[in-house]
Amino acid sequence: MHIPDGFLSAPVAASSWVLSAGGIGYAARRAGRELGEKQIPMMGVAGAFIFAAQMLNFTVAGGTSGHLLGGALAAIVLGPWQGALVLTSVLAVQALLFQDGGLLALGANVFNMALVGVLTAYVTYRFGRRLLGENRLGSLVSTFAAAWLSVVVASLVAALELAASGAYSAGVVFTTMGGVHVLVGIGEGIITTAVVAFLLGTRPDLVTLQPARA
Amino acid sequence: MGKRVIAIGLLAALALVILSPLASAFPDGLERVAEDLGFIDRAQEPAYQTLPDYTVPGVSDEALSTIMAGVIGALVVFLAAWGLGAVVRRRDGSEGTPKPLSPRKPVS
Repeated sequence: MHIPDGFLSAPVAASSWVLSAGGIGYAARRAGRELGEKQIPMMGVAGAFIFAAQMLNFTVAGGTSGHLLGGALAAIVLGPWQGALVLTSVLAVQALLFQDGGLLALGANVFNMALVGVLTAYVTYRFGRRLLGENRLGSLVSTFAAAWLSVVVASLVAALELAASGAYSAGVVFTTMGGVHVLVGIGEGIITTAVVAFLLGTRPDLVTLQPARA
Repeated sequence: MGKRVIAIGLLAALALVILSPLASAFPDGLERVAEDLGFIDRAQEPAYQTLPDYTVPGVSDEALSTIMAGVIGALVVFLAAWGLGAVVRRRDGSEGTPKPLSPRKPVS
């Protein structure tokens, strides 16, 4: 859901740049406080993995595809603040080097996927685990829910930006964006849960938000 | 975190990149919505082109071109995210010792 330049009006693009800059600045402060020396290379590895996974579009329905966004994966493996920074790196490289997502729209794309996506996943995951229990199953079910919801909520925020830019009427763009991403989110949930399950099974120490009893 | 984890993580990323020529070519969710609702024409041409559509210009083999672009991108993101991590940690000014996360207990 990388928004190209032209879709957003100047006021929407500018205000999402301001919101993103503030959000990423806050994330950088929090991450800097929590980051251990050994976790820094892990940010690089997670970024490379998420970038590569984003290239693998899967068909969802009716001639539409989706791909992993990775917000939930980053939030669960690295924690929300480090995760937001990693997603920002991915989005910046995609915009600057691959012309995937506009430069003026980069603020909105960072806001939607690196901030809203990652934080929605984090809150959902924490809430899910409190509800389902601090065990492996509870963690994996929460992972799926976090991944699915992060995509749906990010798509609805993108829809809001498109509607505010006058691309289309709010109600229609809201329901169509939401409708497609309810399906795309299932793919996000499956991939994220598989990767987190693999990590919990092999190297649970690499999972920052691991359950108390894995 | 050991070098082994970095190597395995990067190999996993490489495996995904090698699979990427098989990715679905259908428009993604946002593009589909933009086409269906008729605002896809609002999209502007990028200001410049480096690796457009995840290909390396001049490499005629489509799959190879995509894989090469993917390898370049994954390595650049690897360095960028690592660098960003290093920068925010240094800027914190804690000189190598992370601040305690929990409220500090008084030292008697």
